[in-house]
Amino acid sequence: MTATLPEQDLERHFERTIEHDQRIEPRDWVPEAYRKTLIRMIAQHAHSEIIGMQPEGNWITRAPSLRRKAILLAKVQDEAGHGLYLYSAAETLGADRAELTDKLVNGRQKYSSIFNYPTLTFADVGVIGWLVDGAAICNQVPLCRSSYGPYARAMIRICKEESFHQRQGYELLMTMMRGTERQRRMVQEATDRWWWPSLMMFGPPDGDSPNTEQSMAWKIKRHTNDELRQRFVDMSVPQADALGVTLPDEDLKWNAERGHYDFGEIDWSEFKQVLAGNGPCNAERVAHRRAAHDGGAWVREAAAAHAAKIKESVA
Amino acid sequence: MRSDWPLYEVFVRGKRGLNHVHVGSLHAADDEMALHHARDLYTRRNEGVSIWVVKAADITASSPDEKDPFFAPSGDKVYRHPTFYDIPDDVPHM
Ligand SMILES: [Fe+2]
Ligand SMILES: [Fe+2]
Repeated sequence: MTATLPEQDLERHFERTIEHDQRIEPRDWVPEAYRKTLIRMIAQHAHSEIIGMQPEGNWITRAPSLRRKAILLAKVQDEAGHGLYLYSAAETLGADRAELTDKLVNGRQKYSSIFNYPTLTFADVGVIGWLVDGAAICNQVPLCRSSYGPYARAMIRICKEESFHQRQGYELLMTMMRGTERQRRMVQEATDRWWWPSLMMFGPPDGDSPNTEQSMAWKIKRHTNDELRQRFVDMSVPQADALGVTLPDEDLKWNAERGHYDFGEIDWSEFKQVLAGNGPCNAERVAHRRAAHDGGAWVREAAAAHAAKIKESVA
Repeated sequence: MRSDWPLYEVFVRGKRGLNHVHVGSLHAADDEMALHHARDLYTRRNEGVSIWVVKAADITASSPDEKDPFFAPSGDKVYRHPTFYDIPDDVPHM
């Protein structure tokens, strides 16, 4: 009884759904390019959450108090959850989970360049919460209205949790700023290290971002990279003032005419280097993920064997 | 050896009095593990008081391709709605 419609009708139906700001849902007909773009985007996003556990996970055992340890543990656990919500969304498009993990550990799919930088002091943990999760929030809030239903719903869940991430980081930094001169210096130095890489999180400038136009037409993305970057700068300046740190950019100043902060030129060659695999921690991050995956293989196999055995004995 | 765990869909009752709602999916070796994973993944902040998990392969779903004909039987039965009936304003409690 299934009367399959001709492709042009399906395409028209897809376009009308997008036009009317309705969501595309799993098993709806979609153009192959829409599916591919989404899988690439969601997979990259999922990988970023998973790899993103490492820079902070590095400090769990060395957090200075039980309170900070519990908070950091919860935060890192959330990031694992974010990765899993997103893999789950990718699977609704026909992606295979094991294959996605394979692509990550073999360097065939990317993750955010930000996680290839090291966390040298505990202040980095605070700055990651403040700036890196802050930038992630800027990026993610508009994605809650993304045209693909499962992606939008995963983002809503994630955004609810991100607010805790940013606030715990900022509170950590405020505590350090009330401490010794040396602690204040640690906060400033961590800010200096993470500010520019955070700006790069929004991706290449609009003129150099080949996928943006189509992604916006499909309403997968709602704003361009530069729009979101500007929004982040505007939000961060008063936060830096309140904290008492200086953002490391001499060109950063209010532009009354534009109603925005002007800021300096980003070093895109650094961005490209890190993306190409030559950042300070690229090899370490992927190797660590691969070791965890390989090390867990016997557990996955044992659990599967156990499940098969139980099923047999019941049958 | 690759031993893929099956995909489970997860449904959570947010609080007493509400229906279970689909929240996403996860992989687990068996039903029991799926429940535990669902708790860890989807209810880290008291989002639920009850969880259902079901193997994705066991779900039968209507196909989006046939959505118009499939739902047509309910489309033309306006008399199933209370607003279909004209009752004078001065008749109370109706
Ligand atoms: Fe996250
Ligand atoms: Fe986060």
